[in-house]
Amino acid sequence: MTSVEVAGVAIHPFGRFEGVTTTELGVAAVRGALAEAGVGRGGFQAAFCATAYGGVACGHRILGALGMTGMPIVDVEAGCASGGAALMLAAGAIRAGQYETVVVFGVEKMPKGVIRSSFFEPWQEEAGLAATPAYFALRAQRLMATSGVTKEDLAAVVVKNRRQGAANPDAMFRAEVSPAEVLASRLICEPLHLWMLCSPNEGAAAVVLRAGAPGSGRVRLDAAVLRSHLPGAVLSESTPMAGLVDVDVPAPSTLAADDAYREAGIGPGDLDLVECQDTDAARELLAYEELRLCPPGGATGLLAGGATAMGGRLPVNPSGGLLSKGEPLGASALGQVVEVVRQLRGDAGQRQVEGATVGLAHTVGRGANAAVVICSR
Amino acid sequence: MPHTVPVHDGLFVAGSPPRLLGSRCRACTGHHFPRHRTCPYCASDQVDEVELSPTGTLWSWTAVTAAPPGYRGAVPYGFGVVELPEGLRVVTRLTESDPSRLRSGQAMELVLDPLHLDGEGRQVVVPAFAPAGGP
Repeated sequence: MTSVEVAGVAIHPFGRFEGVTTTELGVAAVRGALAEAGVGRGGFQAAFCATAYGGVACGHRILGALGMTGMPIVDVEAGCASGGAALMLAAGAIRAGQYETVVVFGVEKMPKGVIRSSFFEPWQEEAGLAATPAYFALRAQRLMATSGVTKEDLAAVVVKNRRQGAANPDAMFRAEVSPAEVLASRLICEPLHLWMLCSPNEGAAAVVLRAGAPGSGRVRLDAAVLRSHLPGAVLSESTPMAGLVDVDVPAPSTLAADDAYREAGIGPGDLDLVECQDTDAARELLAYEELRLCPPGGATGLLAGGATAMGGRLPVNPSGGLLSKGEPLGASALGQVVEVVRQLRGDAGQRQVEGATVGLAHTVGRGANAAVVICSR
Repeated sequence: MPHTVPVHDGLFVAGSPPRLLGSRCRACTGHHFPRHRTCPYCASDQVDEVELSPTGTLWSWTAVTAAPPGYRGAVPYGFGVVELPEGLRVVTRLTESDPSRLRSGQAMELVLDPLHLDGEGRQVVVPAFAPAGGP
């Protein structure tokens, strides 16, 4: 089967940009990735645009602004995993021989405040059941009750990611924070304080994929997998109103990771870096277990031992994660892939993971949807 | 409570005590809330409507301190998961909004909690779990 390589990547910084339209954000990222790939008008046969709030024909507006339409342009929505879903579709089409070169981009301008989505029924919003951070808090609390995770551990995740984000010019928050400051930030939903939650924001990212040329030396896309939830888990990202269990139902992230490891022909022990979904601090610790970076119950040990910090055995979120970058839903997964690709090329500057050859990007959220992308060089 | 209206039809049956309206799958015996026509666990459509137990135990909890989008009630309010004897864990409002006054395994009972007054001055109520034996 045809292999897939990454011909170009670009990111528009994540943050808040008054007066800049969704289309302008997307144009900046797409233009950058095309330039890096050396691809111009007519040089790609399909485009996938990941967005949740971009509105009708978001991808068409962006490519239309660049004078590059005519090929199939498909908007893809899979919550926080939208970008991973778009990569899955693009990579699958290239592997199947349908297209030679595909542009994948993600863009978002999130409404301010707690994320509002049409996912919940109006009566659920009216009754206070659409309190997204409260679902994160319940999951964090169960993690604390079952795994010995403490609020100090949650603060340590934030401190780690904010320290790493301080070296990322594309991040929204670039100041380091102390554990005491994190714990002193406003309590949102016990045990989660404001700084333990990522900020919905704005941004864009783009990736040009093409059929791999043997010996090109470019970063390869070895796997791009999207999975949804299995029923039964009460605290799943699918946010059911009720469920049967909290264990024994494989999480969508685990389903996606296992498929991706199989597709890439590697295991978690082969990874040199991970970008994972840190919507909240507890989410990163859950990801360690769900992605099989540690055995069940081993997340705090992995964190406390420094393995997932820069210089550790397996740096997690060298970009600073969503806790530093903020989360523009449609762009967040591709933002991670941009980071992984730059790390594998050795282009990550101050935050370079030395000698990195295999990286994994993970997103999970509403749906539930989980995506895992593995790249190597 | 005169002139009360439920926040949504089909969630509960009023009474003393009120009971959540759920369903039970004949094929896999799993319980659901709210009611499902098709079992979400095994896809069977052999599903019966059932009134769920009005008591359970507290399994996870927090409090919401800022009004989420579209919310029509007061803050803070309690939010958690209560485990019913049927084996079903229900995501629910709690009447207690101070997390330090709640503990794992605490006995809870279903009540109808006032949410807000609608445009016609009627009291809109929402099912919530309260610590059992409370005032």
